[in-house]
Amino acid sequence: MHSTISLIATALFAGWLFLAGNSPAEAALPKTTTADHGKFKELQGGFGTGPEVTKACLGCHTEAAKQVHSTKHWTWEFINTENNQKLGKKNVLNNFCISIPQNTPFCTTCHVGYGWKDSNFDFSSQENVDCLVCHDTTGTYKKVPGTGGMAFGKDMELPPGSGRIVKGVDLGMVARKVGKSSRDTCGSCHFYGGGGDGVKHGDLDSSMAVPDTDLDVHMDALGLDFTCGTCHATSSHDVPGSRYTPTAKDKGGAHMRGKQVEGGNPATCVACHDTTPHKTGDHAERLNHHSAKVACQTCHIPEFARGGVPTKMVWDWSTAGEVDANGKQIVRKDNKGKITYESRKGDFIIATNVKPEYRWFNGEITYTLLDDKIDPTHQPIGINRINGSASDGKSLIWPMKIMRGKQPYDAANMNLVTPHTAGNDDYGYWKNLNWGKAIESGMKESGKPFSGKYDFVSTEMYWPITHMVAPKDKALACTECHAKEGRLAGIDGIYLIGQDNNRWVDTIGWTLALLTLLGVIGHGLIRIVASKKS
Amino acid sequence: MTQKIYIFKRFERFWHWSQAALIIFLMITALDLHGTMTIFGFADAVIYHRAAAWTLVGLWVFAIFWHLTTGEWRQYVPTTTNVIAMVRYYLSGIFKNAPHPHRQTQLQKHNPLQRLAYLFILAFVGPLLWTTGWLLLFYASLGDWGLGWLSLEWIAIGHTIGAFFMLIFLIAHLYLITAGATVSSHLKAMITGWEEVH
Repeated sequence: MHSTISLIATALFAGWLFLAGNSPAEAALPKTTTADHGKFKELQGGFGTGPEVTKACLGCHTEAAKQVHSTKHWTWEFINTENNQKLGKKNVLNNFCISIPQNTPFCTTCHVGYGWKDSNFDFSSQENVDCLVCHDTTGTYKKVPGTGGMAFGKDMELPPGSGRIVKGVDLGMVARKVGKSSRDTCGSCHFYGGGGDGVKHGDLDSSMAVPDTDLDVHMDALGLDFTCGTCHATSSHDVPGSRYTPTAKDKGGAHMRGKQVEGGNPATCVACHDTTPHKTGDHAERLNHHSAKVACQTCHIPEFARGGVPTKMVWDWSTAGEVDANGKQIVRKDNKGKITYESRKGDFIIATNVKPEYRWFNGEITYTLLDDKIDPTHQPIGINRINGSASDGKSLIWPMKIMRGKQPYDAANMNLVTPHTAGNDDYGYWKNLNWGKAIESGMKESGKPFSGKYDFVSTEMYWPITHMVAPKDKALACTECHAKEGRLAGIDGIYLIGQDNNRWVDTIGWTLALLTLLGVIGHGLIRIVASKKS
Repeated sequence: MTQKIYIFKRFERFWHWSQAALIIFLMITALDLHGTMTIFGFADAVIYHRAAAWTLVGLWVFAIFWHLTTGEWRQYVPTTTNVIAMVRYYLSGIFKNAPHPHRQTQLQKHNPLQRLAYLFILAFVGPLLWTTGWLLLFYASLGDWGLGWLSLEWIAIGHTIGAFFMLIFLIAHLYLITAGATVSSHLKAMITGWEEVH
């Protein structure tokens, strides 16, 4: 069965296949390293599959796989201790491709392991950890969609008998050249979340692989050249910086780099810059005061999707299913050639250079999970709902990408559903365009009931924006907010000089001033007339 | 017959004109800050407004010292004498070339209405503007001073109300310059110090 799934895999993700590895590079050994993996006898020769490489790695790095096992990169599970919600990719829904269950062999192309195709996957296997996806320095490494993220050393006919050849990766060469993670390795998954370049995040896309100063002042490839790990400073393979429990207001001040700070998040702006980062200029003090209410990102990320790669802003699944006169699926594009409609996915709106929306945010996020009842009379339904207010002392005003869409729900049981989309079978929506079957199949895999009745509901999902930090001269000018109808219009709990006023005070004030003016003009005119008469 | 008396001393004239310039400049920059119109742009207006405010504070330190040491503060002590006569003069007498009911002397520079108006400005509008102005300047520290309960909105509204009073005062004040013995006599007095009285 998996062989047939692979057929679709190659078709659906053909473009994606190449994204992770289109620039093989002869990377010189970094001067900082004390071990040249190219000289290790365990790594000489070829490897047939990814797990064989991992076995060799584990010969020396005896604890590495166990460390990875404890991270959410491996488990795709995360318990939010603030509200005891069971999250992680395995459990949450979104309003892009909606959910993982039943689509697992495709989604797990981005799992940091080998062979997770269904619930039989062995999460305790050390060999199944994928070392190379994070430690490749060659740009040639690829995981094959539809196989649960497997990597192959030889050309493979996938599925067997299909005549489709998936090119093998020189796993030996990749293994001999391993190094630290890079923008490319993290980006091979995180740039492509949501099923394509830039689709999901808005502040992470392939333009961030080699950004210039304007796109990201820290990652600037010709400047500071930060990798993701420079901020997400990792030890024991557990990467800090959570999207489930973000740090909205870091009161801890700057950290000593390299020093473990209990409960501290090294990836915040404040972790390096402190809460009073503005040192020079006439406005320095005033700007530092802003950090009590405004997240750094709000001014320093004026727009997201600035690298030329559009991000998806709206995804309406309810219009999916249209076919042409011959019953074939259709695709519509805008005048720039970007897809705006697909029969199997519905309507999209994509955008570049997007001004964020702004919200009070204290780091608390609550997801709407499969077991949660929804109330379609109060739309949009929050796929995740963020908490925060002007007065809770924990919130800052944050920039957000708010992804909006319409997606199916169970109209009798009143919960969101996990439709089966990808796959070359009788159920997958992308092939069959039949919601009933797709939802039934997906919910079965999720172990949840489906009433058989479905409808569509508007949803929204919050993505705090934190990457693509612009240089300081490109940060927001005062008047982006301190003006009538500025960017923070509608944010409650603040009085914004230049934006806000008291209507009564202004009306009465200007009226009295005008009456005074008219009064003195009238008085003066009478004096002139009177003096002429006399 | 026209005679001239020396009303406004050198420091007083300097105080008046520099204060006038600062207040008008504060008003113009306030239009940017209030979001009424763009003249300097918000960012520059913040700097100019703050600089002008501190300059005015410095000027007031000298002016208060001068008023106390010279006893000139007595010029603002309110009186009810002749208030009605002044109102009547502005409402009718002035049109009929009637004589001005107030005779300026060095001890009584201001007519009774002026005294009331200036006292209102000095005792109410000024303090309202500078207390709210300081609260705005030091807004970030209010919590440390135990004033965290003050809302920025009310501070800003108080400052705006003060600004409108000052604007209304300015309009009336500019017009009343012409209501002296001659159209220009008050203006000349404020420039040279010498007022023509009849």
